[in-house]
Amino acid sequence: MAILKTKVGRRSFLKTSALAGGGLMISFSWLASCKSGKDEKKVSEMPDEWFELNGYLKIGNNGVVTIMSPNPEIGQNVKTSMPMIVAEELDVDWETVIVEQAPLDTKLFTRQLAGGSQSIRQGWNSLRMAGATARDVLRQAAAKKWNVPKEEITTSKSVLEHKGKKLGYGEVAAEAASMTVPEEIELKSKGDFSIVGTPRVNVDGKKIVTGKPLYGLDIQKEGMLYAMMEHAPAFGMKLKSFDAAEAKAMPGIKDVFSMKSYPDDYERQWSDVAAFSEFVVVVGNSTWEVLSAKKKLKVEWEKGSELESTADHLAKLDNIPDSVVNVARKDGDPEKVFQNAAKVIERTYTAPFLSHNTLEPMNFFADVTADKAEFIGPIQTPEFMEKSASARLGLPLEKIDIQMTRMGGGFGRRLYGHFLIEAGVISQKMKAPVKLVYTREDDMTFGTYRPAYRADYKAALDENNNLIAFHVKAGGIPESPLFANRFPAGAVDNYLAESWTLESNISVGAFRAPRSNFIAGVEQAFIDEVAEAAGKDPIDFRLELMEKAKNAPVGKDNDYDAERYAGVLRLVREKSKWGSEEKGVHRGVSAYFCHDSYVANVVDLEMKNNEPVIKKVYCAVDCGIVVNPIAATNLVEGGTVDGIGHAMYSAMTFKDGKPDQKNFDTYRLIRHSEAPKDVEVHFVKSDIDPTGLGEPPFPPVIGALANALYKASGKRTYSQPFMAKSFQLG
Amino acid sequence: MAVFKLKINGKSREVDVDPFTPLLWVLRDHVGLVGTKFGCGIAQCGACTVHVDGKAVRSCQMPVQLIGEGEVTTIEGLSEEGDHPVQKAWLEQDVPQCGYCQAGQIMSATALLKENPNPTDEEIETAMSGNICRCGTYTRIKRAIKSAAQNQNA
Ligand code: FES
Ligand code: FES
Repeated sequence: MAILKTKVGRRSFLKTSALAGGGLMISFSWLASCKSGKDEKKVSEMPDEWFELNGYLKIGNNGVVTIMSPNPEIGQNVKTSMPMIVAEELDVDWETVIVEQAPLDTKLFTRQLAGGSQSIRQGWNSLRMAGATARDVLRQAAAKKWNVPKEEITTSKSVLEHKGKKLGYGEVAAEAASMTVPEEIELKSKGDFSIVGTPRVNVDGKKIVTGKPLYGLDIQKEGMLYAMMEHAPAFGMKLKSFDAAEAKAMPGIKDVFSMKSYPDDYERQWSDVAAFSEFVVVVGNSTWEVLSAKKKLKVEWEKGSELESTADHLAKLDNIPDSVVNVARKDGDPEKVFQNAAKVIERTYTAPFLSHNTLEPMNFFADVTADKAEFIGPIQTPEFMEKSASARLGLPLEKIDIQMTRMGGGFGRRLYGHFLIEAGVISQKMKAPVKLVYTREDDMTFGTYRPAYRADYKAALDENNNLIAFHVKAGGIPESPLFANRFPAGAVDNYLAESWTLESNISVGAFRAPRSNFIAGVEQAFIDEVAEAAGKDPIDFRLELMEKAKNAPVGKDNDYDAERYAGVLRLVREKSKWGSEEKGVHRGVSAYFCHDSYVANVVDLEMKNNEPVIKKVYCAVDCGIVVNPIAATNLVEGGTVDGIGHAMYSAMTFKDGKPDQKNFDTYRLIRHSEAPKDVEVHFVKSDIDPTGLGEPPFPPVIGALANALYKASGKRTYSQPFMAKSFQLG
Repeated sequence: MAVFKLKINGKSREVDVDPFTPLLWVLRDHVGLVGTKFGCGIAQCGACTVHVDGKAVRSCQMPVQLIGEGEVTTIEGLSEEGDHPVQKAWLEQDVPQCGYCQAGQIMSATALLKENPNPTDEEIETAMSGNICRCGTYTRIKRAIKSAAQNQNA
């Protein structure tokens, strides 16, 4: 049992009646039609009156409870899982809960952001306190009514009880709203959880399968115009001139003009990444009319900076000058040990740029008037973009209102909200509500891509096949994927980690499990080769190293817990019955740590007609307490498929600054027939507070896949995507 | 511009649009049925899948002038109450992550089951390979189709 001070984030737990303008449930004009849960549950009647107990929840006089979900939903299930945590401490009947997406409100909520697999991690205590403080005021109200001490009142499933007397939450909600929130609040013992840790289906599920408007792209408003853009066809090109006459004359077209997302003197924040600052915009009455007019545009572009090609990138990656390489960590004397080693293994790995390709392309709705701006749409960083919008549109921060829709995927792309700004600028100019829509081509060729990477590995073994030295030199265009203090740092006496970057004008950004999405897979493929060279079972070899990292760690800053690392390896060994696979099944293993969580995989692969078929993937996951097992399992399955898909098929390449891939006919995403036939997920039982889950399942499986492909083909592949070359049985 | 009389989800609808307008945008912009999604516009992702006379069609590549008397069914018209066996199976298996592809997946799956009420795993994989799920829910989609087939045939 934990006792927490309500001082931290106290604003959110105080009664909202103190807030100006009735506070919370502000202007759900469009989203009002998207209330979740109601028709899926036994919430048959809406209450006559609502009582707001704090920033996160309100209770109706009939006992129906609305819980606000503060964070952006990109498919990671926070809209179900975060309210579950509130409901747990509130002791409410989950079937009577309605979930609403909270608007951006920096006064009430902290960190309304989807990124870094942190929503649940960072929200855990606040969400629990929100539920617990509300439960406390309900108990206070019942205590007053019954004239008994609060401490004697128990709660269960929305009912307060004292020696046989019962009251529903709705019956005391009015009274509770006037009670004072205590200075300290007692949280439940984790052993008493009855909602957290149990499977709860997606609160938006019914709306999704019946096609209700939920996404940014679905927004329609009275008088709304549609806008699309024509941006430079190549990174390094800029606008020279354009002739809009023909486009303007097309039916339904309101205007054609050029604009800048960010003026040259604008001070950009990290979330303001946008490669093409100036482009041409077409505005009209419907998507098709705008699309048709866009084809009639005559735009001239000119070279503004270097026009880069993938061929040049590859040549550069082969000649990294020593002058750009930095030592990130050094233990022992690796140079000397490498010289005297019995065996040295050296390998190089590369991977291309990747485009996020959220299935819902970038888009945003904006309605900007002289004194305020309303935004609705898919954004992972509303807090940051509120500031950008205020600066860009010249409106005070409090006049910027951002409402978040459910998102058709994020994967990091929607951290960079230039499209929100663009919608705002267009609406301001048109003096009308506007929905800006990117076509797939616009979206894919105006990316904030996963950088291209290279890693060089070197390992030394002594006569007894002990790993005595390890060297990793990793970098990228234009960002390094190195984590110097991660495994096997700490497990090897002589260790050297080096890092470098090469500049580029191709815009990059965070992509699901940034940096880890490359380094995990290649490190785990390399470790496999080292294990093989040492003549050891790949799991035993890793466990030996973990043992050393646990009992006699080298260096001080190792950022992982060797015991939990070993835990997922042991679990996957047990569940996959490692060592007793069927004939014809080729297996690979891997394990990795990121976002505070640990994942190990075994990939089972068969060759059919000389093509690899992934029969099954075993996943062992340690992410602390699993809040919603059915959704967590779904996320792990999806992350596994996603990791495999990108490693096997996906690449973004360039010729003279122009992306070679513009749509899904040339950019390969994994398809149903290529996905693993089965994904089996196991969680380590844990009472550690929840750690990340959106990203950790993605990176490691790439290593297990590479290792299984080697077993199947007899050949190692060192560059992604693996299926760029065909596989032959060795 | 031209006037087209369409039959959508059992109702008759009149729209005045360019004859080349893809059905996708007629549905989304002119009829207000936004359940059918835009993903690629070139018949590669399946997000825009609807039924025309019971057959799965990529609405982003279907000009409105070609529909004629065809009966269009969208995700909104698949069932009155959202209780089509495929929709029910989708909820039961808790398939969606972001959910954006799922309307298209469901429309492809219902068309498949109509033609082949008891598909094998391989038949499901092949039939569903025109529908991309960027979140990677393929294993669940397969489970849901199998469970819908079972319930439907029971
Ligand atoms: S939008 Fe029609 S198939 Fe992608
Ligand atoms: S659930 Fe997100 S694309 Fe399929």
